[in-house]
Amino acid sequence: MNELAISAQGLTKQFKTRGGMVTAVENLSLRVTPGETYGLIGPDGAGKSTATRVILGLLTRTAGESSILGFDSMADSYEIRERVGYIAQQNVLPADLTVMENMRFFAGVQCVSAEAQKKRIPELLAFAGLSNFTNRLAGRLSGGMKKKLALACSLIHEPQVVMLDEPTLGVDPVSRREFWSLLGDLRAEKGLTIFVCTPYMDEAERCTQIGLLYGGKLIAAGTPTQIKGLLPGHLLEFTPAQFAAAQQRITGMEGVLELQTYGEKLHVFVDDVGARKAQIEMALAAEGIAHDDLREIEVRMEEAFISLVQQQTEKVGV
Amino acid sequence: MPKSLRRLAALIRKEVTQLLRDRRGLAYMLGLPLLQLFLYAYAVNTSVYHIPTAIVDQSRDRKSREFVQALVNSQYFNATLQLENGAEVMTAIDKGQVRAGVIIPPHFAADTDRGSATVLMMLDGSDSASVSSGYSAAALVAQSYASHLATEQVQRKGIRTSALAGASALPITTSTRVLYNPDMIDIWFLLPGLAGLILQTLAVQQAALIIVRERELGTIEQILITPTRPLELVLSKMIPLLALCLLTMGVVVGIGVFWFGVPFQGSFFLYFWLTLLFIASSLGLGLLFSNRARTQKQAQQQALLTMMFGLLLGGMIYPRSAMPAIPRFIGDLLPMTYFVRASRTIFTKGVGLRFVWTDMLALAIYTVVVVLLAARNFKKRLD
Repeated sequence: MNELAISAQGLTKQFKTRGGMVTAVENLSLRVTPGETYGLIGPDGAGKSTATRVILGLLTRTAGESSILGFDSMADSYEIRERVGYIAQQNVLPADLTVMENMRFFAGVQCVSAEAQKKRIPELLAFAGLSNFTNRLAGRLSGGMKKKLALACSLIHEPQVVMLDEPTLGVDPVSRREFWSLLGDLRAEKGLTIFVCTPYMDEAERCTQIGLLYGGKLIAAGTPTQIKGLLPGHLLEFTPAQFAAAQQRITGMEGVLELQTYGEKLHVFVDDVGARKAQIEMALAAEGIAHDDLREIEVRMEEAFISLVQQQTEKVGV
Repeated sequence: MPKSLRRLAALIRKEVTQLLRDRRGLAYMLGLPLLQLFLYAYAVNTSVYHIPTAIVDQSRDRKSREFVQALVNSQYFNATLQLENGAEVMTAIDKGQVRAGVIIPPHFAADTDRGSATVLMMLDGSDSASVSSGYSAAALVAQSYASHLATEQVQRKGIRTSALAGASALPITTSTRVLYNPDMIDIWFLLPGLAGLILQTLAVQQAALIIVRERELGTIEQILITPTRPLELVLSKMIPLLALCLLTMGVVVGIGVFWFGVPFQGSFFLYFWLTLLFIASSLGLGLLFSNRARTQKQAQQQALLTMMFGLLLGGMIYPRSAMPAIPRFIGDLLPMTYFVRASRTIFTKGVGLRFVWTDMLALAIYTVVVVLLAARNFKKRLD
């Protein structure tokens, strides 16, 4: 148990609403070993934030077990809070305090000694690129800077685990990249365990382990390569002139495992590229549907995710 | 330093920084009490003078004219209308031309000689302040006029009438001496209680808003994830507000004493401790509300309700001794009730701890109970 940074067993969270009980997280089990970067991936409303908050002890759990560094989420809340850094999804640093006041405040409530503060605060501000903004109010920082400040504040007590709930929500692509490179540094230099929730598939690829959360359930888990490996067959991509007609024609063809739309492109999963590519081209020609070249592309997390979600919905549908 | 105190210090520093940075909030917190004070002091006056009055003098003799003159001289009545009978007075009051009517029946002078004169006083019951002022003023004037007549009679009958007989001819007179406030200046009565109403309103409202505001903004989540304990958080919200409310109280009392000239009879030291306990208990009550409320609006409504109860049941305006058991009990639940009583005792009567220790002890117990309850009810989690 103790060798795990984060663990959950059959974790379930239900909310009471006017319409009855709503299950936000159902029977979630996950294991994060120290030093890992674990990504909890899923669309909005999948239950990522709820799962994170329950594991942190910010919400009560309805059933199951969860712990961080061996401390139970419910019973040992304060032990967890002394050892874990957390960035909530919303911008939740006091907006009417300056960057420096925020740092000092979080250092103070975490009982970081004055000497340690003197050393660590400038270090963290430099690390987050905020050294020149110490007197700016947190509310007046840009979205990306707010997140970096939140990260710096959450690291002030040298936590062993940081949990980040959609840390790049509402952040521009350049700042997103910078933020992730900060996380990479942390992992490399301090061996920090990072737990991150995100709906962005490109961010998922940066994690060492990921769990796909959909409708409150974990539908797949593993390394990014393993997840992509869960998909059957190969992926063909092309752009048809008549989209709907092409989609209709290809659906259900022999050897076609799955069809996904991707903008104006069609993504076709097939069991055998050589055989099926020719069949599809012939079928399209017979219908008089013009198209560009059918090419095989590498499966990305995005396709894998959509495919896994489709399988899930089909299963539920049956 | 224990970790708990270090966390508390960090939290208090945060609160103070935020309080001082919010200039508008500060102006409101200091300005609103002053506005209330000046409004109550200048606009609210419970004794009504110069009530427009209709006179029906059916006697038309020297004594009836003397009596009317005595009413006017009292400053409470202005004889604005001369009418013929009671029905006309009713009409005039209905029309709002006058708010009182005096009807002197025929043979007033003869009746006074027999000692059985009656005067009918009609008062506009739709205006309670006029009624109570007019009623007591009329009674006072009648009494003093009667005793004046009796003295006159004795003098006229001469020395032959025995001293005993003269004394028995005097109607029963009452002599009233109002202690502590001989001139019955309203603000003297009002200030010690008013300070309580103003400060309870401010303290409950600000405290009620302060936790729920963090919940609404979402900043509570980032604070909950620190090892801060509920009691530390509650105290950190309370202590800076306590300092601010004490300052406001100082300003209110200072203005009362130096601007309105209300005499402060008691010990400042004792009054300071009374005020401290009172504000602490009011803040505790507000924090308790803040825990229960889901939105700032709800907290605001609860604070408003407390103010209303305070105004009506706290003993500032309406005497608590006249209340039925249930409203009195509700009044007992408010810190203000204890404060108003003790405040008057120290402020106006100038007596010491011996007379106020029960109220101070009650406030101390109240504070401890509400603060502990607020900490206990504090939601450590988000759900």
